[in-house]
Amino acid sequence: MTTTAFLQYCLAGISIGGIYALIAIGYTMVYGILRLINFAHGDIFMMAAYFMIFAMVDFMIPWYISAGIVIISTILLGVLIEKFAYSPLRSSPRMSIMISAIGVSFLLQNLATYLFSALPKQYPSIPILNKTLTFGEVSTSVVTFITPIITIGALILLMLIIKKTKIGMAMRAVSKDFETAKLMGIEINTVISVTFIIGCFLAALGSMLYFTPRPSVFPLAGSLPGLKCFVAAVFGGIGSIPGAVLGGFLIGISETFIKAAGYSEFSDVFTFVLLIVVLMFRPTGLFGETLAEKV
Amino acid sequence: MKKKTKIICSIIAGLVIAAFIFYVGEEVSSSSMLRTVLQLGTIYALVAVSMNLLNGFTGLFSLGQAGFMAIGAYTYAVLTIPVDKKANVYYLYGITDSLANVELPLWLGIIAGGLLAALLAAIVGAPVLRLKSDYFAIATLGFSEIVRILVGSSPFNRITNGSLGLNNIPGNPSYYTPFIVTAICIGIIVLLLTSSYGRAFKAIREDEIAAEAMGIKLSTHKQMSFIISSFFTGISGALLAMYLGAITSTTFPIMLTYNILLIIVIGGMGSVTGSIIAAFLVTAAKEWWLRFLDQPMMIGDFQVPLLRTGFRMVVFSIILMLVVLFWRRGIMGQKEFSWDGLIHFFKRIKNRLWGNSTKKGGALNG
Repeated sequence: MTTTAFLQYCLAGISIGGIYALIAIGYTMVYGILRLINFAHGDIFMMAAYFMIFAMVDFMIPWYISAGIVIISTILLGVLIEKFAYSPLRSSPRMSIMISAIGVSFLLQNLATYLFSALPKQYPSIPILNKTLTFGEVSTSVVTFITPIITIGALILLMLIIKKTKIGMAMRAVSKDFETAKLMGIEINTVISVTFIIGCFLAALGSMLYFTPRPSVFPLAGSLPGLKCFVAAVFGGIGSIPGAVLGGFLIGISETFIKAAGYSEFSDVFTFVLLIVVLMFRPTGLFGETLAEKV
Repeated sequence: MKKKTKIICSIIAGLVIAAFIFYVGEEVSSSSMLRTVLQLGTIYALVAVSMNLLNGFTGLFSLGQAGFMAIGAYTYAVLTIPVDKKANVYYLYGITDSLANVELPLWLGIIAGGLLAALLAAIVGAPVLRLKSDYFAIATLGFSEIVRILVGSSPFNRITNGSLGLNNIPGNPSYYTPFIVTAICIGIIVLLLTSSYGRAFKAIREDEIAAEAMGIKLSTHKQMSFIISSFFTGISGALLAMYLGAITSTTFPIMLTYNILLIIVIGGMGSVTGSIIAAFLVTAAKEWWLRFLDQPMMIGDFQVPLLRTGFRMVVFSIILMLVVLFWRRGIMGQKEFSWDGLIHFFKRIKNRLWGNSTKKGGALNG
């Protein structure tokens, strides 16, 4: 492998890893607060892509306004899902909420098939993201280059929010102990809504970056990336935000190199094998909390 | 009700069901929806009951059923495709020499499918079962994806025919095969659940630590439940391959696991009869009763809005969401069907319709 090719693969891997990281943060935050695997998150990501197609292709809105519309509508979708599908089950066993999340995922996929048909739709091209950059011999598109920068920026911003602001403190408290936080007068519903807002914002961002270099969107487009990002979150230790980012990058990079080595049909297998192996040796992920056995 | 009356009632009910299946098998035309629903329903009933054994009775939230079904289906298909048709099926990659002349009888193929699924469950089970609730669900989900990708991948081309999938799979020798196989399998599961092992499973579901303190060996029982459930899931996969006649790796997506999960939720987590009833209800609703939602409908000159391809699945998933949100115990909850329960149910309906309203003094108040 030549140096140029190696750098090219590194860049591609870091880029896809950044997108996985953005979505994995959404999974990990919801798990940290609600102890819920939000199976619908990948489908929210897919819906964001359709919102973009709607705004830019059907209504001919310029991309910078469309981006805003996509972010707002995705956030709205996420918060609505939380209000209708998760909050009524707050006091029921965790298995029920997990089943509800699976139901939502099922509903979103069927809804997308019904509304937009199962045929793949072309994703609109965002001019500024599709320009080609050249560094010496390595050439790449803007989107590949800025994805990791956006991811790191989002991570720093998120860590600041969690460490410095009042709502961040509330989130930390709720993720430590749900019941006690409630007794201490923390508005649980606000905290959960904010969690979903941040998660969906990042999913919308990730969806724009993910689909720009790819040709098409279809109703099941969110399911495999969703699963992989979820694996990334587990890998880093679910509930830990830096862990999710690290997991995302690791999976993105290893996947790109497996594809580069000519085993592209096994890149997904590798992801899941890695998951099982990591869970076997560190059952709560790399940065996961150690679970105390309650008697 | 006395025990003797109950037994007589059960025998009569069993005969009625058998007569109904026999009537459908002999008299109803082979293109009828009723036949399809009954056959597909029994296959789903078997997976649902075996998933319920694990998820509902032992409390291990597994999401790997599609993977075990794929193993069962592929094993059955590879071992039973007639030798003279093999050249046709494997026209692109050829078949490995060791399998070229294999053609097992169908029943042996079904059992082999179950056994291979059970074997894999035993291998995967030892490490995976150590994981706690959510992590166990994720690991089994990952396992099911691994199986699905591997059976469709190129190194297995000469065994599973890669992404082309397998066809010419020998179908049901008679209309009744799936019913008989399912009845035997569910019978065995019920016997297991009523034995001391079944009680141990339920104890683990209720409280792991207390169960361990009572002397139930957690790892052995979990392993046992996982392997037995996978065995029957593999058999149902073989039945599905038998029914479909052609399979590819895309026949077994994660969506399939979700479908079965939703069946056992509607039927009631931890109820065998609930799962069976729900399997038939869900299959009938999905494949038959809601079919009209997919076709545009005209009433006079007025076109009924919303009805077009795909609307059936939207309505179906909304119904599922409503069940999950507002009717969490499902049809049976954790109870099983019993004659006393049925009588009680009718009494309650009667009370609601007549009894209470007369007490309040007005028929319209109820």
